[in-house]
Amino acid sequence: MGTTVETGPFGHLAEDLADLQLPTTDAEEWRYSRVADIDPTRFARAPVEPALESISTARATIDDLLGASTQPPSATVVVVDGSVSAAEAADPVRIDVHAVQTVQTEQASPNAFALLNERLCSAQVTVTVDAQARVVAPIVVASVVTTDGVVVAPRMRIELGANSEATLVEVHRSTGPSDSLVVPVTEVEVGRDATLRHVLIQDVSVRSDVVGSVTARVEASGTYDTWIAAIGGRYARTRVDCQLLGRGADARLVSLYAGGGDQMRDLRTFQDHLARDTTSELVFKGAVDGRAHAVYTGLIRIHPDARGANAEQSNRIMTLSDDAWAESVPNLEIENNDVRCAHASTVGPVDADQRFYLETRGVPTEVAERLIVAGFFDEVLDRCPVPGIAEAIRPTLAELMSGDRT
Amino acid sequence: MSELVIDQLHATVGETPILNGVTLTVRSGEVHALMGPNGSGKSTLSNVLMGRTGYHVTGGTATLDGVDLLGLPTWERAQAGLFLASQYPTEVPGVQLADVLAAAYAAAGRDPELVPELMRDEADVIGFDRAFAGRDLNVDLSGGEKKRNETLQLAVLQPRIAILDELDSGLDVDALRAVARRLEAATSGPAALGVLAITHYSRLLQELHPDTVHIFGHGRILESGGPELVDRLEGQGYSAWVA
Repeated sequence: MGTTVETGPFGHLAEDLADLQLPTTDAEEWRYSRVADIDPTRFARAPVEPALESISTARATIDDLLGASTQPPSATVVVVDGSVSAAEAADPVRIDVHAVQTVQTEQASPNAFALLNERLCSAQVTVTVDAQARVVAPIVVASVVTTDGVVVAPRMRIELGANSEATLVEVHRSTGPSDSLVVPVTEVEVGRDATLRHVLIQDVSVRSDVVGSVTARVEASGTYDTWIAAIGGRYARTRVDCQLLGRGADARLVSLYAGGGDQMRDLRTFQDHLARDTTSELVFKGAVDGRAHAVYTGLIRIHPDARGANAEQSNRIMTLSDDAWAESVPNLEIENNDVRCAHASTVGPVDADQRFYLETRGVPTEVAERLIVAGFFDEVLDRCPVPGIAEAIRPTLAELMSGDRT
Repeated sequence: MSELVIDQLHATVGETPILNGVTLTVRSGEVHALMGPNGSGKSTLSNVLMGRTGYHVTGGTATLDGVDLLGLPTWERAQAGLFLASQYPTEVPGVQLADVLAAAYAAAGRDPELVPELMRDEADVIGFDRAFAGRDLNVDLSGGEKKRNETLQLAVLQPRIAILDELDSGLDVDALRAVARRLEAATSGPAALGVLAITHYSRLLQELHPDTVHIFGHGRILESGGPELVDRLEGQGYSAWVA
């Protein structure tokens, strides 16, 4: 394990980002987004050496989420305001902290926020799991925002060697009600016959905006199994691109997302089948209350070479109030006939028959709705691969839905 | 002693009048059978009494022990002591029966911690696999299991008056007997249940032994009498009442 930190200067961003072109809602990809509300230049760079107090608060915030899980982590990285404050690992897991390295891939589309991350990230974390290794306890990489008015740009790369297996929990949280901009970038490489279970918890302050991306590349017979809870942030966008590059590569994308108040959840997924007999399954469930908005856009693409591919995509969003709004946009691009693709997409309020049935038992309307929404998310919570996390998230979900989250 | 008093109840679905003056009183310990052909408005009566959205009362009253049911939201009608056993119990994915009954107990100011044991006891009484209690409500249950589940809920909630909407549909003979025996037990004793059994066929009534039989057609009661009405119905069909 080596720890070297290279950092940029602390200072205001207006001049540094003068040439950065953020997208507008005219672009199809950003059509429903709130990108127009985001002005990175109004923030400062995060401090490169966070206060000790911030670090201990960050630790407490992580324990709060993961404390219920029974296993101690096999490796831990704590990132405070984008700077790595601790990195602990032992073979066969390696953690390297180094200057930003960008990997250019032909599929990656230009993304202004990934560029912003590249410019502002003080140190990238690379997690490597050796070939043939079986890592039982989860690797935890937690990024915590402790400062108000900064841009936080965590950047991580996860590399699983051939035939290895690991679980990585990536957490983004805030220690207080900070108004910041968080632009995480995560790159994943799953080697041949390897399995990565990637749990991503996006739970930053509801006063902060988040625009993040995950790009996973999966080699032959590899499995990328991701479980995402997008429950934090004011405007929070997470994009997950999954490239199935080798024969028999498999991806499972399971997510719950929820917002209340004036928040917005913006999820984009890309199940990209580039090889034969590749499989992907996506199960997303969202709920919006108050005046919150949610948009889900998912693309399944089957390349001409991907004979025998099997792709499924299901997204369901519940709108829990008259002022909540949601849009679900599934897309298919199929260039081979010998494939199986299925997609389902629904947006709507709590089912009136279900609510009525519970009411006829004497359950008050609000309690009935709460039970139905909790039940709706159960399918996703039950699939979380790390014990304890689902239980830690349930109260946050309940707070979001009851509008108590500030 | 409780009583459900329905007086000259009129209701529409959309613009269409479905109930045209229903008058009926059900008291503790009584078993009433409401029989009528398909489309006569039987199920509408149960939905109107329970306050389902889409049904509009245009006249008349319905009270339970003097409480005006029609002015209450559905859950408060249930808390007032009215229970509806659905013809087609709704599947509620991810929601467990124990949580629903505990929530109903809590809303009534009763101890929710009593629910698990009551559920176990009642499941055994009606031959309902205890394991179903921990599964998603009505999901993947057979027709018969759903009706046993409805009966279990009735037994745990202990309402004053129960409307059974086509309780016999989907029930095999064994399940029908088990359910009917449990209902019979509920209709006796100090806190006796009053039953309004809505049914199309006489099958349930051979097990449930109603005190009073009402022939229902055109959205109202056409004739009321004793169990002998069932025999007449068997012989002549509904055409004796409904042209």
